[in-house]
Order: sequence, then structure tokens, then C-alpha cells
Amino acid sequence: MATEASTRNDSSVRTDPQWMIRFDKVVKRFGDLTVLRELDFHVRPGERVTLIGPSGSGKTTILRLLMTLERVTSGTIEVDGQCLSHMRRGGELLPADERHLRQIRKKIGMVFQQFNLFPNMNVLRNITEAPVRSLGVPREQAEEKARELLEMVGLADKALEHPSRLSGGQQQRVAIARALAMEPEVLLLDEVTSALDPELVSGVQDLLRDIAHRGDLTLLCVTHEMRFAKDISDRVLMFDQGQIVEDGPPEQIFSAPTHQRTREFLQAVLNA
Amino acid sequence: MIWDWDWTLEILPELLTQGLLVTLQATLGGAVLAFVLGLFVALLRRSRNPFVSRPVGAVMEFVRSTPLLVQLFVVYYVLPDFGVKMTALMTGIIGLGVHYASYTSEVYRAGIDGVPKGQWEAAIALNLPRRWTWISVVLPQAVRRSLPALGNYLIAIFKESPQLSIITVVDVVGFARELGSERFRYLEPMTIAGLFFLLVAIPASIFVRRLERRLGN
Repeated sequence: MATEASTRNDSSVRTDPQWMIRFDKVVKRFGDLTVLRELDFHVRPGERVTLIGPSGSGKTTILRLLMTLERVTSGTIEVDGQCLSHMRRGGELLPADERHLRQIRKKIGMVFQQFNLFPNMNVLRNITEAPVRSLGVPREQAEEKARELLEMVGLADKALEHPSRLSGGQQQRVAIARALAMEPEVLLLDEVTSALDPELVSGVQDLLRDIAHRGDLTLLCVTHEMRFAKDISDRVLMFDQGQIVEDGPPEQIFSAPTHQRTREFLQAVLNA
Repeated sequence: MIWDWDWTLEILPELLTQGLLVTLQATLGGAVLAFVLGLFVALLRRSRNPFVSRPVGAVMEFVRSTPLLVQLFVVYYVLPDFGVKMTALMTGIIGLGVHYASYTSEVYRAGIDGVPKGQWEAAIALNLPRRWTWISVVLPQAVRRSLPALGNYLIAIFKESPQLSIITVVDVVGFARELGSERFRYLEPMTIAGLFFLLVAIPASIFVRRLERRLGN
């Protein structure tokens, strides 16, 4: 009885189920450098959001905070009603421990700019390792799922290949399959095509567009490719100096930006 | 002094069978112990618990900063007073293993530090349990990076193994000395012993260099 009650407490009070992601007065400083200043923003379940803005404006930091790769300096972040930085236990608010973080990370997946595949495992093992070790999925079942995902990303014949033998675009598609194998509710895309040779970019973008429009995945995407941003998202946030300067649907942001900084940024990007 | 070929041919077989066997046992035993213990030391030194990491670090610093010869002496002549009884060879293997573990642990540390940050971050993003992050992601990559340096330490252990003769282990060099003392002639047995080390160490170094190039780090 008591255990049950405390377990329910552990998973925190679900404040507002209508938000998948909630940033509330989030401040992030690295030493003297303030990257995010009192940032507020909310994302609904299933919403596809692209973060744009000059480099150093804090977009990637937002993804890294959500993935618990960084800790907030102050403020709170909630994912599906659960607070990332703190947990409630017996009416007390305590700093999150590893168990609490693992609980929340289940909902979030991330694809990195540099792929970060495990070089000591083949493609199949890259995809199955986490489901097997973290979720306890039987290996055969995980492999079956992995092969389905490889089929989806167009690499069914590469299952037993070593990552180093794949092109950058193929590696990134494996990384996408690997993230999806954990069945996240939120997928974070951190400049996923920036490290790719130009001719490989569209393959990865097409794949992500399919994924974005298929499921009810909540998507948070940092990119410098404005056309991709327009295709993939139903909302664009323009960042500057750690704050949101403009927030709206892509049609509006890209064709009729109201803010001066957005106009300047888009001008610079499109002329590049 | 003139080289005595007759005597050379007479002592060569026993020198290379009896002496060689002991040298190889000491080398391989010491190396396996150094490689395994070194890995554990490297992991313990990373422990977040200072009551674990500090003492382990201090002991290894101590071991690294005192001569192997002194350590062998202490282990061989002092430990029996505390009721620990082992053969001389066993003592030597443990001495070599512990001494070189203090070096291999640094090799592993560098190997672990060399695993890119992105690997850790990918493991976190996949919610891979910490234990499995170590077992299936970090250590395989770290050990692979460490192999050439470990190979060099294997050669070093091989060349240092004659120090065990101080605690009555009769390896190639110890045996050569015994043979020499019978006739007061050391030229032939010691030369053979030296050549034997040369003949093993040179190909081994070449192999390690190849390994280094193949692993590309």
C-alpha cells in the first residue's frame, strides 16, 4: 500500500497533460555565459516544432537539456507532466536521481549531428542494444523490430555491416532507426544533416519528413535548412540570445516575419 | 677469452628448456595479472566514492614509485612472516603483475578518456543502463585503444622478468648465472640468454607496431 502510494508520488504530479514539453523560466549558464534567459515555451503532444536562429542562440542547449545531457541553472522543464530536474517524494521536492531521470528519458529520443553510432557493434546491434539492455526486450524480438526499422530507413541489406563502412547519410539513417527502436514520444533532432555531404542530405530529410507525417511523434528539430524546416514542422520558433523572438506557423515566419531579428536572420541564411 | 663452442652446444638445450619455461611462465602470468588488475584499478580510480578512488590511487602511486626489486624482496621475505606461503615463481608473478598493473591502469585510463563524449551521450539518449554503457560501449573501445600500449608493457614485463632471480626464481638469466658459476665462465651462458631475449623482443616489437598502425591510433 505504502509503496504504491510512494511510487505514484515518484512519477510526480501530472500538472497539465495538454503539454508534452514545458519550459518555465528556464535559465542556463555556462560559467559567465548565459545561454538561455528565463525561457518559457510549451509544446503540445504531436506538435512538430523547429527551432531556428543564429548559432549560439541556445537552440541546441534546449535539446540537450531535454535529453538530460545538461542541467538547468534555474527554472523547470517538464516532459509529459514530469519535472526533469526535481522529483516529488513524500511531499518533498528533491533533486532528480538517476532512477527518476531514466524514467523520463524513456519518453525521449535524440538524433545527433555526428550520428554517434557505436563503432564496436554492427548496425543491427547498434539498434538492438538499448531495447535489450534497457527495456529487457528479448533479443530475437528486438532484432525483428530492428530489421523492420532498417527496412523503413532503406537499409535492410546493411544489418550486419559495420558502421564505419557506411556513408554519412546511411549512418545517420541507422541512428534514426536506433532512436526509434526505443519508441520515444518525443524525438529531438540536433542539426541532423549538418555533417552530411550535400548529396546525402535529401535522403535523410525525406526519411524524416515521412516519419514526421506518419506518427504522432512530438518533434523538436534544430536545423539551418529552412526548406526542411518548412516541410517538417507545423510551428517555428525563432531564437535570439537565449530567448524566443518569434513563434508561429512556418508559412508566417518564413514569408511574413514580424520581427526585425527574424528578417535579418532569414536574409542571412537564404543568401548563404 | 675465447668462445667455447663445445660448451655452448652442451648448455644450450637445458638453458632453453628449463630457463625458458620459467621465463615464459613469469612473463605470461605477470602480464595477465597486470592486464586484468590494471583494468579493475582503472575502474576503481574512477569511482565517485572517494573512499574507494583515493586509497586505490594512493596504493598504485606507491607501487609505481618504488622499485620492482624492492617490492619482490618484501613480498618474498616479509609476507611469509604473516603466514602467506607461496612458491618463488608465484610470488614473482604476483610481484610483476601488481607492479605493472600500476602502469597498465594508466593505459586503460587514457583509453577510457579517449572514448568520444558523443558515445556517452548516445548511451544516455538511448537510456542504456550505466553498467551496460561501460560493458558494451565504453570498455570495448577503450581496450581496443589500449592494445598497442599493453603490447609494449608485455615486452617490458618479459625483459624485466630476470629480476625474479633475486627471489631464487631460476629463469633463463638465473640459470645462465648458475651455469656460469660452475666454471667461472659467464660469457657463453649470458650471451645465449641475452640473444634469446633479443630474438623474442624484436619480432614482438614489430608486431606491436603493426597492431598500432592497424588500429589507427
